[in-house]
Amino acid sequence: MKTKKIVAVTAMAALATGVLGSYNLVSADEKGSVYYLNYKPEVDAQWQELAASYTEQTGVEVTVVTAASGTYEQTLTSEIAKSEAPTLFQVENESWLDNWGQYCADLSGSFIAEHSTADTLSMEGVEVVAVPFATESYGIIYNVDLLEEYCEMDDAVISSPSDINNFEVLKAVADDIQARKDELGVEGAFSSAGLDGSSNWRFTTHLANMPIYWELTEKGVTSATSLDGTYVENYKNLIDLYFTDSTCDSALLSGKTGDDSLAEFCDEMAVFYQNGTWAWTEDGDIAALNIAFLPLYTGVEGEENIGVCTGTGNYWCVNKNSSEEDIQATLDFLEWVVSSDEGKDTLANKMAFNVPFDTFEDYELANPLFTSANEYEAAGKTAVSWIGTQSLPTENWKSALGSALIEYSQGTADWSVVKKVFTEDFATEWENR
Amino acid sequence: MKNKKTYKSILTVVFSIISLIYVFPIVLVIINSFKKKTSINLRPFALPDEKSFVGFENYIKGIEKVEFFKYFGYSLFITIASVLVILLLCSMCGWYVTRVKNIFTNSLKSAAIFSMVVPFQLIMFTLAKTADTLHLNNPVGIVIVYLGFGAGMAIFMFSNFAKSMPIEIEEAANIDGCNPLQMYFKVILPIMKPTFVSVGILEIMWIWNDYLLPYLVLDIKKYKTIPIVIQYLKGGFGSVDMGAIMACIVLAIVPVIIIYIIGQKYIIEGVAAGAVKG
Amino acid sequence: MEKALKKYFPVFVLPTAAAFIIGFIVPFVMALYLSFCSFTTVNDAKFVGIHNYIEVFKDKVFLHSVGFSAIFTVVTVILINVLAFTVAMCLTQKIKGTNLFRTVFFMPNLIGGIVLGYVWQLLFNGILAYFNRTLTYSSAYGFWGLVILLSWQQIGYMMILYIAGLQNISGDMLEAAQVDGATGAQRLFHIIIPSVRPTIVICTFMSLTNGFKLFDQNLALTAGEPSHGTEMVALNIYNTFYGSTAAYRGVGQAKAVIFAIALAIVGMIQMRLTAGKED
Repeated sequence: MKTKKIVAVTAMAALATGVLGSYNLVSADEKGSVYYLNYKPEVDAQWQELAASYTEQTGVEVTVVTAASGTYEQTLTSEIAKSEAPTLFQVENESWLDNWGQYCADLSGSFIAEHSTADTLSMEGVEVVAVPFATESYGIIYNVDLLEEYCEMDDAVISSPSDINNFEVLKAVADDIQARKDELGVEGAFSSAGLDGSSNWRFTTHLANMPIYWELTEKGVTSATSLDGTYVENYKNLIDLYFTDSTCDSALLSGKTGDDSLAEFCDEMAVFYQNGTWAWTEDGDIAALNIAFLPLYTGVEGEENIGVCTGTGNYWCVNKNSSEEDIQATLDFLEWVVSSDEGKDTLANKMAFNVPFDTFEDYELANPLFTSANEYEAAGKTAVSWIGTQSLPTENWKSALGSALIEYSQGTADWSVVKKVFTEDFATEWENR
Repeated sequence: MKNKKTYKSILTVVFSIISLIYVFPIVLVIINSFKKKTSINLRPFALPDEKSFVGFENYIKGIEKVEFFKYFGYSLFITIASVLVILLLCSMCGWYVTRVKNIFTNSLKSAAIFSMVVPFQLIMFTLAKTADTLHLNNPVGIVIVYLGFGAGMAIFMFSNFAKSMPIEIEEAANIDGCNPLQMYFKVILPIMKPTFVSVGILEIMWIWNDYLLPYLVLDIKKYKTIPIVIQYLKGGFGSVDMGAIMACIVLAIVPVIIIYIIGQKYIIEGVAAGAVKG
Repeated sequence: MEKALKKYFPVFVLPTAAAFIIGFIVPFVMALYLSFCSFTTVNDAKFVGIHNYIEVFKDKVFLHSVGFSAIFTVVTVILINVLAFTVAMCLTQKIKGTNLFRTVFFMPNLIGGIVLGYVWQLLFNGILAYFNRTLTYSSAYGFWGLVILLSWQQIGYMMILYIAGLQNISGDMLEAAQVDGATGAQRLFHIIIPSVRPTIVICTFMSLTNGFKLFDQNLALTAGEPSHGTEMVALNIYNTFYGSTAAYRGVGQAKAVIFAIALAIVGMIQMRLTAGKED
């Protein structure tokens, strides 16, 4: 009967904790409070710390909830319909306003809008719907020490990393590294291009920017609802390189995640790794490496003049349905974040963002990848804008591209399935929107 | 007789082998929970070696990263409270709707069975809304939500069992002057014991492992459950901390296994002893 | 007796009925209404008539997922119930280690679906790597992967239910049959199976709904790859909610309504079939 007692006592204790826990005192409401639904899990800890500090200093309650990876849209959908809805949330780009624009307050005249140095988003009847708070760049990250080591090897194709200025050279280098991987002590030139659904965005969103970018640039427009697919072959160039000069057989890529890829790069098993500036804060190990960017060369004429892809996918929106006090509290909090020393230090150094507000002018970039990205611009090269990414129709389209890449990688389909996604599916998804 | 003995020994051997295969995935989780996250996906079957062994690091990381024990308490409370409430109230209800037949009880029974086939996705938005409006967004309130959403299966199983119970016993008790409540606790409840066990197990497993319902219903600013927390370990932009996930899985199933092993004697005996001799 | 019980309605039924109304009826009615709306969240629904339902039948991927789910369910219902029944038969014969075996078979139930999906993905891909393949190689891989996963998970629970049912059969009846010279097969089909019929009804109904409603395992193990080939109905509905603009959430809602009604019909037929003539 001892067990019975134990079970009973446990149950009682659990009951007591639950009941006590669920009746927390509600803080005074006159001050308003902030509820931030954060989209970037990799900086959750920093936000929590910053929020706690703000609450301590001002007494205003700030709660930060981070949606688990891949569940942001779902979380926002259910949270924003609740009585205690987020007062502050994020959108990734203009097309998100189709769904969420109706929940955005006009931010014109607010401190963050006044001091923004990047383009804010607007929509019909609302001047400022969303204010960007972090610019990011992506490209091919390389291990500087390893690549330099390669340059010193006999018969190396290049003599310094800066010699890589187009796809042809990149391919020659990657092929050579792949052929002599044991000599260099790596498993492959590129870390595995994991196609698992959790992280195929590296190719379905970021790399997909390139063929669309080139086509739109050629046509002289900034958006499109259908594509000719002129540069899909160039997309194939780089994909093929990722698949062949890799740490693993391409047939196994569908089971690999972005985490595997990052881990391989951190363990110096590969020289190249496609990702963006956020990778630097993702894992402690990568910060220990000496790293820099290469632009996404795909074999397009004139690509010697491009830099890395730079833009923003992080906009703040304030919920217009929140109470006046809460909206004011949220705006005050944001003002503090971008103007106080503590806030600025957190954003610029701890989160290592490139923050587009004029209050950050005296801050140096903590993240070496930004430094590398800026070097290309300083050398007179054009940063590649995110017009391609911003033209992508829907999540469905991205997963269709992910599926097509999986089929191509395991040899169950040829390249035409990928091409079809860029041409036919692209147009249909836009039509159905 | 001897033949039967050999046959039984063969069965034991066969089942031992099947059991080994059966527990392999669970063993795999335990092995990998002690490995460095990079070697998990790379060599899932390898035992931890010098290079990949990280001791309890994954456990410590998992626990620290997500305040595991705090949310463990919520999970435990929600599961125990909901299951107790469901078992008591639905067994009463299941018996009642079998014995008292009218339009209301019949439609309640049909609705209960219907609710079992409704995919959660259909009502997830509206259930979250209803729970929010009624302020059921805390660990106590969610018990009511679980009672409501879980009632279907429980009423179905209890009423099904009640149908097979000999009515003579109840009539005898009635003559003895029991009121329905006394009769329920003295007569019905003991007979229904096996169904309590089978429904209880199902509800415990469902609620303990449920992710979407608490995620949508609870005020996630304050409360989380273990499955929600495990989901959070799938960190930023698709990075999956497999090591910490494995560790948290182990921590999450250990209590259930302990409860099962303690209760096993009662579960098996309960199932057998309560059986109605047909 | 019935009269006395009737007076106790507020005690016996009211609490459950009230919770059932809050936790199911109200959300369900609201959800029905939503299936005729275009909405981003519950708060901004706009009525659009039957438009969503028309869209559903234009969606080939959805129709494929219905077919896939149906085949999957048939296979798992049969596999799970036959195996669980067999194991239950073996484990009621007082062989050595019975309790241990019961525990082992039951254990997979203790782990949640998403987590199981990850574990089995690791396992399957680990094995398939020797053949230079992964689970996404073809839909068949994913299909059997899911079948194995779900069977592994559910056999233990169904086994417990069958054991409970089997222990209800009176020993006298079986002995009498043996004395009368009934063969093993005769005893199985004429005594044992009819006696556990109520259990069979419950177990098949539960494995039927579990198979059709499978979501977590599907998402974590294959996520529908390759190219929606292993996408089941619940996952398809989920993808409809979040895969496009908000205009499609109503379509997802409509799919879920159709799915629930279809499943209710299938469930009713199944119960009639397994319950036999007695009911």
